[in-house]
Amino acid sequence: MSAVMDNERIDQIVAKHDGEPSSLIQVLLEIQSEHHWLPMDVLKRVSQKLQVPMTRIQHIATFYKAFSLVPKGSHEIHICVGTACHVRGAQRVLDMVEDMTGIKPGETDLDLKFSLETVNCLGCCALGPVMEIDGKTHGKMTPAETADVLKNYN
Amino acid sequence: MSEILLEIDGKEVKATAGMTILEAAQSVGISIPTLCHHEKLEPFGGCRLCTVEVEVRGRTRLVVSCVYPVEDGLVVRTRTEKVERIRKTILELLLAHAPDSFVLQDLAREYGADRDRYEKEASFCIHCGLCVRYCAEVKKKHAVGFIDRGSKKEICFIPEIAAEECWDCKECFPLCPTEALQAAFVLTLALTSPPPVADKTGS
Ligand code: SF4
Ligand code: FES
Ligand code: FES
Repeated sequence: MSAVMDNERIDQIVAKHDGEPSSLIQVLLEIQSEHHWLPMDVLKRVSQKLQVPMTRIQHIATFYKAFSLVPKGSHEIHICVGTACHVRGAQRVLDMVEDMTGIKPGETDLDLKFSLETVNCLGCCALGPVMEIDGKTHGKMTPAETADVLKNYN
Repeated sequence: MSEILLEIDGKEVKATAGMTILEAAQSVGISIPTLCHHEKLEPFGGCRLCTVEVEVRGRTRLVVSCVYPVEDGLVVRTRTEKVERIRKTILELLLAHAPDSFVLQDLAREYGADRDRYEKEASFCIHCGLCVRYCAEVKKKHAVGFIDRGSKKEICFIPEIAAEECWDCKECFPLCPTEALQAAFVLTLALTSPPPVADKTGS
């Protein structure tokens, strides 16, 4: 993944939304999902193209947790530490992931491969402990299984 | 424009459609306390300090006077016990964030608000949005905006814009009911750009 998104691609996304200022959130979401984070230069381009002031873009980009203003890895790992997953051993799953990736929750590794985040209940407690990678749910995780799953992404 | 008749604190008041209760009250010299209101700006309704009681067809309820439009036959009471209690609590909560604000202290005296009722959590900015909205709506420069949310929300100057526009303007400074704005401004410039004096000697 390149560190910057080229202007052409940004313009395409903006064009898809007819350059409507009211589509700001949609545009940002699309960039976020494609690029995994929102670099300052990209935001400036969006600001110019949509004619939305930077202050407003910053307000929105910092308000919603879906957006990240720092680089994110290409694989996003979410480990549930909600009550049900916690009692079923989420901590051991988390420890294993931390060991293997070398990052802690809220961090991204230097190769921009993984980002790690804890969440509080993914809504499938019966499957606990639950780990989610790029939206795919892995249930009933043991530390050994966690390691196996992660290896697939290496 | 159609004329509207309403009653505020027992006084007959003539207003025109589209006016807010606050404007109607001010037009006859009844003062309602405000923090986030400014005549030049769009109604915002953020601080809730201007809350008043209104009675429509026998039912009373609380409304925010700086955004609530006048209606025919509306009965407004700006200083009931309930209203005063609400204002007192709002002030106490805000004072936990900006204990040294003179604007808040004056209002606190008026409403008997206790500065120390809530544990101090000095963040200085009380999120009235005056600076942000003034810069956007009146000056159209968008040099200052909000970032983050909830209790972590704070104002933030965009350094590139601030360095160009703010030195000769600073019109938002006196609007701020706390000292948060000036502090943020000084910090932004200190971190990002040389003072203009240096610029001039350089050129
Ligand atoms: S810095 Fe001052 S004017 Fe700006 S939002 Fe905060 S309290 Fe209001
Ligand atoms: S607690 Fe983990 S899915 Fe509900
Ligand atoms: S002055 Fe009306 S809500 Fe702030």
